[in-house]
Amino acid sequence: MDKNQIFDEMWGREESLRPPYGLFKEWFDGEEPARLRAKQREAEDLFRLTGITFNVYGRAEAEERLIPFDIVPRIISGLEWQRLSKGIEQRVRAINAFLHDIYHGQEIIKAGRLPERMIAGNDAFLPQMVGVKPPGGVYTHIVGIDLVRTDDNQFYVLEDNARTPSGVSYMLENRETMLQMFPELFARNRVQRVENYPSDLRSSLSACAPSMAGSSPTVAVLTPGIYNSAYFEHAFLADQMGVELVEGHDLRVIDGRVAMRTTEGYKPIDVLYRRVDDDFLDPLNFNPDSALGVPGIMDVYRAGGITIANAPGTGIADDKAIYSYMPDIVEFYTGEKALLENVPTWRCSEPDSLAYVLDNLSDLVVKEVHGSGGYGMLIGPTASKKEIAEFRKKLEAKPNNYIAQPTLALSTVPVFSQKGLSPRHVDLRPFVLVSPDKINITPGGLTRVALKKGSLVVNSSQGGGTKDTWVLED
Amino acid sequence: MLGKTANGLFWMYRYLERAENTSRFVETGQRMALTRLGSSEGEWRSMMQTAGVLGGFEATGEEMSKDAALDWMLRSKANASSVLMSIEGARQNARLVRTALTHEVWEAMNGCYMRARELLSRKVNERDLPKVLGEIRQGTALVRGATHGTMLRNDIYNFARIGTFLERADNTARILDTKYYVLLPSVMSVGSSIDNVQWETILRSVSARGGFRLVYGNQYNPEDIAYFLILDGRMPRSLAFCVGKIRDNINHLAKDYGTRPDSCAKVAKLTDEYLSRDIEAIIDQGLHQYIQTVLSLLHDLGSQIEIDYRFYE
Repeated sequence: MDKNQIFDEMWGREESLRPPYGLFKEWFDGEEPARLRAKQREAEDLFRLTGITFNVYGRAEAEERLIPFDIVPRIISGLEWQRLSKGIEQRVRAINAFLHDIYHGQEIIKAGRLPERMIAGNDAFLPQMVGVKPPGGVYTHIVGIDLVRTDDNQFYVLEDNARTPSGVSYMLENRETMLQMFPELFARNRVQRVENYPSDLRSSLSACAPSMAGSSPTVAVLTPGIYNSAYFEHAFLADQMGVELVEGHDLRVIDGRVAMRTTEGYKPIDVLYRRVDDDFLDPLNFNPDSALGVPGIMDVYRAGGITIANAPGTGIADDKAIYSYMPDIVEFYTGEKALLENVPTWRCSEPDSLAYVLDNLSDLVVKEVHGSGGYGMLIGPTASKKEIAEFRKKLEAKPNNYIAQPTLALSTVPVFSQKGLSPRHVDLRPFVLVSPDKINITPGGLTRVALKKGSLVVNSSQGGGTKDTWVLED
Repeated sequence: MLGKTANGLFWMYRYLERAENTSRFVETGQRMALTRLGSSEGEWRSMMQTAGVLGGFEATGEEMSKDAALDWMLRSKANASSVLMSIEGARQNARLVRTALTHEVWEAMNGCYMRARELLSRKVNERDLPKVLGEIRQGTALVRGATHGTMLRNDIYNFARIGTFLERADNTARILDTKYYVLLPSVMSVGSSIDNVQWETILRSVSARGGFRLVYGNQYNPEDIAYFLILDGRMPRSLAFCVGKIRDNINHLAKDYGTRPDSCAKVAKLTDEYLSRDIEAIIDQGLHQYIQTVLSLLHDLGSQIEIDYRFYE
């Protein structure tokens, strides 16, 4: 892509400094590159000592790796954020209303706005959730909306994460690290706080407790265990909220409640923030081989004895096949046009779209409907002829499994490299908390950055890094 | 607190203590091998026997040498008590109980592990041994210091302490179990140079040479040494001291939780019946048998604690 086709969040298209970066630029120009390089190394040592690592799957020895951290903040003005938050809030409301509807009356299907086959034949739809009303009516207690930007005022939603969005620990630790390393930057810029996230999360979860819980509900975080790639985050959140971090084998159903084994006997849990997939949650109701879950927890849940966050079955809302219907979904439940745009999407299950996609593979990004983490996708413009030919076969064999999107000219933000400031592509995942009476969006989020020049893949498993994300007080 | 967390804390601090104990054995082994005229292989064999890791080493079929001994005790993955494996065990448990630890303790533990892994990533040259051991012990001492300085005195702290002292008591008892014969009165004991070396080894293995001198002067006497290691409440690695600490911590837990489970009675029996005797009586009735009984009671106490506080179920 040509340089001026790409929007840089610091320099715009025309190399004129955008206002949110003004004070940062002034500071940066006064700094010795050698000092900054030393700071960059210091940041890595800090991360390593704190243990902010992720485990790499598929290695013989459980290896702990750092996600690279870049010291240049990504800066968003207060006004930009205000506009974005409105769109995010609208979308999250619609997702919750959609989930309620899908597991109850299915009005959206009756109204002809969503084809029935999108639900009936979809593995992400959980029949066990039909007719179940989660405590407080909340399905997605925690949502991460993946956004990309292509211009001053143009954001797109790339993906909704309505199951168990991860990465919030990086948002918090990135800020903590920046505060420790560059206090002077925060004295000049007025950056909105993200530190309240853990206590907001605890209040938000508590507000969704079942009616039988007392005034201070018992909350716990359920992790698959220390070998899980996101274990650090699970432990971090439990620690920051001041709640127990439990594994399946600590829990048992006793007298219609889910209880954890403590040194003083079993103690009931009111709200379980689970970081275990639906399929592994309950061997009696889902995957019988799961050793990570709690036998019978779904029965307790259906009887109203515990809150599971997020509710089982929310995957139907972030399924990539459903994604293409999101503009309709938002309109159907809120009565307003969607404020945040979707990336135009071709559903390969539809013959016309499939034909178009097959003709234009070298220009498109093709994704698996149920894939995640940047695996199993084709990025047309950078793929080799051989890769495209191989992908074509997969696509022709199972078109229903795929959607396609144009390659977007993702915005760039500078990173600090050997050559000084160099533009790299980024995305943004803000984190949203939902409770019965409130939607709370933490100002900022996780900025992921493709550290390789020109690369559009920001996933940490494939060479992506992170940045501190600032929302300024205007 | 979760039963699993109590278990993790208990083992984190057991492993930490074990890492220190093994590093002390290495230090003693090297010291004895250097100052002896006889074969250094023999000294190392005797040291590894005292440390309770000789059987495992011999099972590998490897020939005994200074380097082989150092490697086995410092960094072998096949030796669960090697310094590296102990520190890895401590850190693994620390990850498991991350939410129960203060930031300072976790960072000290993680830092200690990272440094140990680096220092022990390849064979350690004898020349570098004092520096390596020094750094590792500094690392573990930092964890200990952060624990004392920043942790609340609640059940978390009590389980950490019980793990520490159970491991330490077990270590001292094992040293006595393998070396008891040199502490028995014999017709030609006093002044024999063989005995002097053996006694020195024992005292070094529990970092007690200085302490002993302070209390008893320069004259080694087997009965004094036995008393010092078993009954002397001033000596922080004696059986009486360690079990006394375990008793305190178990009683704190009982008070906190408002129950007196079986472990309370078991630890009371150990202190009242076995650690309140005269040293003469112990030696008269058979030192070896006494030590073995204490070892088995310690083991039994550990199992009872696991049950009482629901470590596993």
